[in-house]
Amino acid sequence: MTPLVEVRDLRYTYDDGTVALDGVDFRLERGETVALLGANGSGKTTFVLHLNGLLAGQGTVKVCGLPVEKKYLPTIRRKVGLVFQDADSQLFMPTVLEDVAFGLLNQGLDAQAAADRARAALDTVGMSAAAGRAPYHLSAGEKRRVAIAGILAMEPEILVLDEPTTFLDPPGQRALAELLGNLPQSKILVTHNIPFATALCNRAAFFAGGKIIAEGSIEEIVAGFAWDFSPERSKSHS
Amino acid sequence: MHHVVLEQWSRGSSPVHRFDPRAKLVVLLAVLISVATAARGLPLFAGALFLLLITGLRFARVPVIRVLTRAAVILPFTAVFAAVSWLAGDPARAFSLTVKSYLSALAVLLLISTTPLPSLLRAIGITGAPPFLLEVAQFLYRYLFVISEEAQHMTKAAAARGASVRQWIAQVHRFRAAAGALAILFARSYIRAEDVQRAMLARGFQGSLPLLRVTKFRTSDTVFLILASLAPWALRAAAERALP
Amino acid sequence: MHIPDGFLSAPVWATLDVAAVPTVAYIARRAQRTFEEDKAPLLGVLGAFVFAAQMINFPVGPGTTGHLVGGALLAFSLGPAAATVVMTAILAIQALVFQDGGILALGANVLNMAVLGVLAAYIPYSIWSRTRWRKFSLFAGATLSVLVSAVLALSELFLSGVRMPSAVLGVSLALFAVSALLEGAITLAVVQALERIQPKAIRQPLSNRSLVLAMVSLAAILLASVGVLFAAAAPDGIERLGQQAGISSHVRTLFRTPFADYQAAFWQSAFLSKAAAGLAGVALIYAACLLLSRAVGRKRSI
Repeated sequence: MTPLVEVRDLRYTYDDGTVALDGVDFRLERGETVALLGANGSGKTTFVLHLNGLLAGQGTVKVCGLPVEKKYLPTIRRKVGLVFQDADSQLFMPTVLEDVAFGLLNQGLDAQAAADRARAALDTVGMSAAAGRAPYHLSAGEKRRVAIAGILAMEPEILVLDEPTTFLDPPGQRALAELLGNLPQSKILVTHNIPFATALCNRAAFFAGGKIIAEGSIEEIVAGFAWDFSPERSKSHS
Repeated sequence: MHHVVLEQWSRGSSPVHRFDPRAKLVVLLAVLISVATAARGLPLFAGALFLLLITGLRFARVPVIRVLTRAAVILPFTAVFAAVSWLAGDPARAFSLTVKSYLSALAVLLLISTTPLPSLLRAIGITGAPPFLLEVAQFLYRYLFVISEEAQHMTKAAAARGASVRQWIAQVHRFRAAAGALAILFARSYIRAEDVQRAMLARGFQGSLPLLRVTKFRTSDTVFLILASLAPWALRAAAERALP
Repeated sequence: MHIPDGFLSAPVWATLDVAAVPTVAYIARRAQRTFEEDKAPLLGVLGAFVFAAQMINFPVGPGTTGHLVGGALLAFSLGPAAATVVMTAILAIQALVFQDGGILALGANVLNMAVLGVLAAYIPYSIWSRTRWRKFSLFAGATLSVLVSAVLALSELFLSGVRMPSAVLGVSLALFAVSALLEGAITLAVVQALERIQPKAIRQPLSNRSLVLAMVSLAAILLASVGVLFAAAAPDGIERLGQQAGISSHVRTLFRTPFADYQAAFWQSAFLSKAAAGLAGVALIYAACLLLSRAVGRKRSI
């Protein structure tokens, strides 16, 4: 069976000469939830932007067997739902309902069908009551939920979330983990939040210098790279 | 902040809120033109129109006093020119500048506190304004909130660093610091715009913002349009006849 | 200077509104072609930036502060057409949401600030930005942009019959000059800081222009602006023109020309003469900006 995502030797250099990706190999199987860990600037965000063709580097990226190329982009963008780190950048429409319906209207749904599906998606994330509100008046947690609804409405097969717990308080993080845990899609989570990753992911990949240098269970990666914060460890290092 | 309050008022549910934005736009223009071209009997007309606008605010269930105060923001600017006209020996003009600019601002406020700006921009779109310009205005309004907040954080951070010395060197230094802050704000806005663009493409953006609802122009909108557009002119005609 | 409603006379605002609509429509289409893909989000967010930038105060003197206007900075970073679109959107939202500038006066404000102010900023920049005068071109562009906008606004007010004692006029011109120089200084400082952190944010103009023609075009813009201001400050001149035409037609009545009365009424109509004067002033400066920048551009491409 073809993997949902298959990436081979992906390389990307920014206009200013910074090498962001230096040969990434990655696979995502159906039903998996994978955490992408690694330092800031190690290439995680650049990598996920390649998954639905927002950036195009050298190497191969395949989604559900389709190469990420211009002619497949509409299909691929329907299959890969990308939730951005800053929800404010994602909620650009005047009201919550219009924002959630944005992707559906782009797919060519008529206004009534789009509104119905958008309402259903808002219901899934528990934000039905906010449909008529302006995104500006929402809290950070509410914005995140609406952003996820905008992606869920498009019924993607893969959910990619970039730093989903940023700006969320601990109860907000817990609620988000619960919501994501109940969604059937395969997921890729870019995160620094180890408890959050542990709660949701069965596997982790560790980025350094634009490459995935290790894969394994969350525990193995955390132990191997000292990738968590604990007072004992800080003491032993100082 | 002021526009946040207006934004909240504009999402109310009074009869005035429910009228079609296109109808309200035409009425606004009728009111503004009747004010702008008024000459004879101006004091009486101005008083009557003021009462009419207050009635509109009452129907819209927005806080009347706060709107009246808000419209006064134009008065300092107007006062300068009124004073200058007075000095130049034209007191009638001083009066007309003050009254006309205040009433016009009040009429605009009645519209904007009962119509969300995005709906209003769409209404303007029907008049044939370039869609690209209106999209830019829509994004501008949406990110006004976000970028202003960033700017406020920066000014607070700058204030926290002190720099209260009032010497020439310190002034130059502060000038440079402010320029640096603006440059950072600009660069951040640029990155923000790229993120927004990506988020749009990621959800299959095709090049024009899709519309969820097309509002229907009802009979009540037509009735409102005709009556409310004629009202200021009727008041004006009456005022002109009463005070020749 | 944002002109509120109630300040301009009907011939002036109506004419300028009518002139602004096709101008902005044309420029909006041009702006869209400047970019490879749809850049409404970029222009919108940078418009929000200009709004927010006005919250950041620059020290001017003891206890006094000023802030960025932004038209020139936008012209340097986005090019003149896109900058006009952003400034127009800003002016529309300022008029609707902030009661800063009128709705009927929007055409006047758009032509003064978004169209001519931006164009005036761009001309020195497009001429000198590749020479060692680059810093000066940034400063001069921003200064000129505020000056041209202010002079136009003032002339429109005069055309509408607002009177000023000459001392007041002198003081307000001095104030305009100071705020124009401040815009120049702020814009230059921001561009320099910006180039250190994000070199691509400032666009190079498409062509390089010759010095002599540049001086001529700048002089033309300044002369046209000042000329328009004086013509407007002394509308008696325009009325006299009308009267002379009227008188000449009265002279002709001696010869019993059937259209004489009609002609006199036509020329004495304040509406038409004011509308014509307002439009002529704006058109004069617009033509000076546009034709000269074209002429210079053509010379270079040979």
